[in-house]
Amino acid sequence: MSIERTYAEINSKIKSGKVVVVTAEELVTMVKDKGITAAAKEVDVVTTGTFGPMCSSGVFLNFGHSAPRMKIQKAWLNKVPAYGGIAAADVFLGATEMPEDDPLNSSYPGEFRYGGGHVIEDLVARKPIKYKAIAYGTDCYPRKEIETEITLDDINEAILMNPRNAYQNYNCAVNLSSRTIYTYMGLLKPNLGNAHYSTAGQLSPLLKDPDFRTIGVGTRIFLGGGIGYVVWNGTQHFPDRLYDKNGKYLGPSGGTLSVLGDLKQMNPQWLRGTSFLGYGATLTVGIGVPIPVLNEEIIRYAAVPDEELYAPIMDYSDAYPNRKPCDLGFVSYAELKSGKITVNGKEIPTASMSSYKKAREVAGILKQWIQKGDFLLSQPAQLLPNADDGIKAKVLKG
Amino acid sequence: MSPKKIVLRFTKTLSEKPIIYYLVKDYDLVVNIVKANINPHKEGMLILELSGEKYEQGLDYLRSQGVTVQPLTQEIIRNEERCSSCGACTAICPSGALYMERPNMEVKFDGDKCIVCQLCLKTCPLRAMEVRF
Repeated sequence: MSIERTYAEINSKIKSGKVVVVTAEELVTMVKDKGITAAAKEVDVVTTGTFGPMCSSGVFLNFGHSAPRMKIQKAWLNKVPAYGGIAAADVFLGATEMPEDDPLNSSYPGEFRYGGGHVIEDLVARKPIKYKAIAYGTDCYPRKEIETEITLDDINEAILMNPRNAYQNYNCAVNLSSRTIYTYMGLLKPNLGNAHYSTAGQLSPLLKDPDFRTIGVGTRIFLGGGIGYVVWNGTQHFPDRLYDKNGKYLGPSGGTLSVLGDLKQMNPQWLRGTSFLGYGATLTVGIGVPIPVLNEEIIRYAAVPDEELYAPIMDYSDAYPNRKPCDLGFVSYAELKSGKITVNGKEIPTASMSSYKKAREVAGILKQWIQKGDFLLSQPAQLLPNADDGIKAKVLKG
Repeated sequence: MSPKKIVLRFTKTLSEKPIIYYLVKDYDLVVNIVKANINPHKEGMLILELSGEKYEQGLDYLRSQGVTVQPLTQEIIRNEERCSSCGACTAICPSGALYMERPNMEVKFDGDKCIVCQLCLKTCPLRAMEVRF
């Protein structure tokens, strides 16, 4: 008889301390040993995790009103500009923003040592931040400038709001050209010198719920060391299924999450300012998503191992930047994690931009929260679009 | 004896003397220059891989000339708290000093293999690698 569970039943088991939780990595082993049906009977929740650079991250900050009051027009935190085109005392600081006096890539390859992501890390670490703002002055908000120091505890709200995180799958990046290139996938050596990828593979949230059967608006998650929520699909959410030339299914791709949470209850260990030589600054974010085992089909997807999940190999010297077709094939995450793959007949070393070790820790922490009864699962108000919805990326003309 | 890596610092006046020549000629040491640099003030920095029977006498000679001698292994620092073990450095490191330990997927650093090319400093996204001379 097939297994069916409801969110209410799982939460009841969490409250009574009888819930059975395994990480996606543990599930892979369990299913190899016992099979899908036995695992489905036993397991109530599967936890996933990822810890990697996620550029589309940022914080909404609301400062206490100064005396006289001020309508922030432009603001800087540790010299990094924040967007002030919202309500008077609110700003938005993006993870990839850089100080105006940074040489950027004019001294190629630029180092991008301190940007918005680093400010977010310093904020959540409770370090003092130099705050400067200017305004044009109004009758109700007469003040025109302020220069002071703040900490996270000095301000009203700090909401981590990341419009696009937790990419479902990603490219394996290589460089076919004869020069070193500096990309958001790291330094790529010439003539297929190395291959970089960026996902936790069998632990990664959206690879384990490929058709969005459980993840949706309102899903409670581990976010930056605290509790956050999926609030919508992410931008550039183009869920798709990968197939090879023979029609073999190679796993999902294209989905993204928009996530939100209270920065004040997060931890700098899971929100890290990040720099990519020659590319820019960003934020490395820890995200963990629980997958309720509502039925056997859900656990079958959650149990897919690295051997059965694939990344497309993409040339970042020409094909990617110029939007040209690339026919270098696919590679499994098991191969990528082995440390070497073969591309165009050449064996090349592989490395990851996201941390599998930390992804394992995220999934482990989320498992503990659920086991202790500190974290209940939330039923989504609306599931996210999946590959059957046929959403396609638009091309910008010009 | 196996080669040891050392960092030598030369003042402006010392940079003009053929000190390494005497290290080879008088002390019969095998020298492999890993990295060399002279700054705009004409002060020199040299990282050597050095071996030979008269290794200690050679170092005494360097010190007697006013060269500052430091062992290299104390100079390369990996901030383990900052390192997330992503692995971004591992395919870049030319000597294999930074490598991924499998199956636990933890980045390890073997200072003995490090040639101080400093590529890891540039490529580590979390700035976990530091070099102190």
